[in-house]
Amino acid sequence: MNAAPPTTSALAQRPEHSEESPLSVHAMTVAYDRKPVLWDIDYDAPSEALVAIVGPNGAGKSTMIKACLGLIPKASGTVEFWGQAHKRARSRIGYVPQRESVDWDFPVSALDVVCMGRYRKIGWCRPVSRAHKRVALECLERVGMADFAKRQISQLSGGQQQRVFLARALAQESDLYFMDEPFAGVDAATERAIIAVLRDLRAEGKTVIVVHHDLQTVPEYFDHALLLNMRVVAAGPVEHVFTQENLHKTYGGRLTLLSEAAEAIARRDRGG
Amino acid sequence: MTTTGGSIPGAVDMPPTIDEIVRTLTLQAGFNTTSVIVGTTLLGIAAGLIGAFALLRKRSLTADALSHATLPGICIAFLAAPSLGLAPRSMPVLMIGAAITGVLGVVCIHLLITKTRLREDASIGIVLSVFFGLGVVLLSVIQTNASGNAAGLNHFIYGQTAAMTRSDTITMGVIGVFSAAVALLLLKELSLVCFNDSFARATGIPAWLMDTVILGLIVLVTVSGLQAVGLILIVAMLIIPAASARFWTERLWKLILLSALIGGASGYAGSSVSALLPRKPAGSVIVLTAGALFAASMFLAPARGVLATALRRARIRWRIANDHLLEYLFENTNTSPGRPLSDIADEHGIPSLRFKLLAKALQIRGFITMSNGVATLTHIGSARGARVARNHALWEQYLITHADIAPSHVDWSVDQVEHVLDDELVRRLERLLAESRA
Repeated sequence: MNAAPPTTSALAQRPEHSEESPLSVHAMTVAYDRKPVLWDIDYDAPSEALVAIVGPNGAGKSTMIKACLGLIPKASGTVEFWGQAHKRARSRIGYVPQRESVDWDFPVSALDVVCMGRYRKIGWCRPVSRAHKRVALECLERVGMADFAKRQISQLSGGQQQRVFLARALAQESDLYFMDEPFAGVDAATERAIIAVLRDLRAEGKTVIVVHHDLQTVPEYFDHALLLNMRVVAAGPVEHVFTQENLHKTYGGRLTLLSEAAEAIARRDRGG
Repeated sequence: MTTTGGSIPGAVDMPPTIDEIVRTLTLQAGFNTTSVIVGTTLLGIAAGLIGAFALLRKRSLTADALSHATLPGICIAFLAAPSLGLAPRSMPVLMIGAAITGVLGVVCIHLLITKTRLREDASIGIVLSVFFGLGVVLLSVIQTNASGNAAGLNHFIYGQTAAMTRSDTITMGVIGVFSAAVALLLLKELSLVCFNDSFARATGIPAWLMDTVILGLIVLVTVSGLQAVGLILIVAMLIIPAASARFWTERLWKLILLSALIGGASGYAGSSVSALLPRKPAGSVIVLTAGALFAASMFLAPARGVLATALRRARIRWRIANDHLLEYLFENTNTSPGRPLSDIADEHGIPSLRFKLLAKALQIRGFITMSNGVATLTHIGSARGARVARNHALWEQYLITHADIAPSHVDWSVDQVEHVLDDELVRRLERLLAESRA
């Protein structure tokens, strides 16, 4: 804990980080320019769970993922994976960036993109072997995209592109996955394919942390939720943290979202 | 070194004979000419290869700023060399100076983008013009104060292929082989950073290192091309071959290979033409050759080319219009028989000439018969109209209920639903359609 001078309260609240926890964030603050985007985040992710990070726009959801992955610098705090620093745990962490973050007119096929998930395992300066291509093809199959392997990526629909990104993360064969809005703007078939894959991953004992926009589907899709608005409002099993009060704290006066959430809760309560 | 301006030494003011042309193109036109042609061809190959990565990383304009920013470095190296005990006009000294301020320019762009709110375009514009301006001032200082051999410096602006020596040719060759080797070895890593740098960094491939490799290769090509092509036009050799190659392929390795080929061909053809036609500076001819190849690629490339795209669009519009008319006639056969086609055209706001052509086309294909301006569907026309109507309805139903295929991959009228979707789904769609109409 050399990096940060955490506040005394944060120190006092610091949970005992176990080596079991795939992700332990402690007193993490992230700032762009002068304004902090994330403030004093403490979070321990459970293993074998699907975790939704929810919060309003600008709450720092993507920022949190990126800071955990070391893609943007932290102002202070520490992030550990199974009790290890990111560098040492990197091969066990998979990542699905936002779909809009890349230029889909890049001259590669769907299979080429999935192979990128194997680059780390292949190592520097070596070509992609047939065995690795086979693994990549299996990953495409898992997301229902094997028929599109040879297709140039700009000729895929948004949902198909998202599934290719998911397949690439599967090809990383990780134990912990970060996914940045995988459900954003996808069609119903893709949403079903993604959620099936997420459940498979959980059954394999993996943890998936997903930035999620749609409050209504949180109770249905996820075990755990992290309610974020610059700081952690609440974190834990969905049935505990997904309360009217917590959502109100997270979203403030944004009424439309609140009513959506209320609906979702009502539906869950009805469904038992 | 030579006083023949930008052209190849030995060139005369006469149109070349066939023999001269053949000898030049087959590299038998004397040592100087041959070494210039070989050198610029190798330069073109190296530039094309590296330019592919600059294009994919969207750094083409950075390369432009870099090449302009070499000018003050050349001048400073020239001024500083004597005090370091070096010959002021020695190529390595000037090239090192060029590389230093070139990289400094790129660093400035990076700082402007990250430390201020300026966007990339403005940052590049500022650095490019300020560095170049500084270079021009230094150049005029040198030309007014220094000895006579300073005059050669301004050749770096427009290039002077004629001044290339054998050692320059060897340098080009070494750079070409080196950059090809680096590009091949790091193909995976470089392309991943170009496509998705955040993913690369998350998996432990340092994007900054790959960017530095690309930048280093760009500096190498720029600096070695200064003499032949000049700092204003060298960027063309980086950008144009890659941009041309992009029209022909959707595969990365093909793009890189083609880009290198187009670059090499431009270098070869440009310097050959320049050798044959006196007083045509090789650098500009090389760039114009590349430009011609670009124009050809842009128009003629089969899938991504402008002509192919326009043709495809026109064909699809035509077919859709055909099908729509058939569909319309089919659906209105019973409600308004005997309605003149010109009425229909007016109603749909279709220009009458286009409509007449449409009707003629349908007539030729045997879908309709015309009498007194009234169209009647033939047997096959009626069948096709029915099929189009059904396909439209089913696709619509499909998009409402499933919508997971890219709409661009389906030709709604012609692609029968059965060809794309499985039978079970089609049956379900038909049921849904029947329900929604009931």
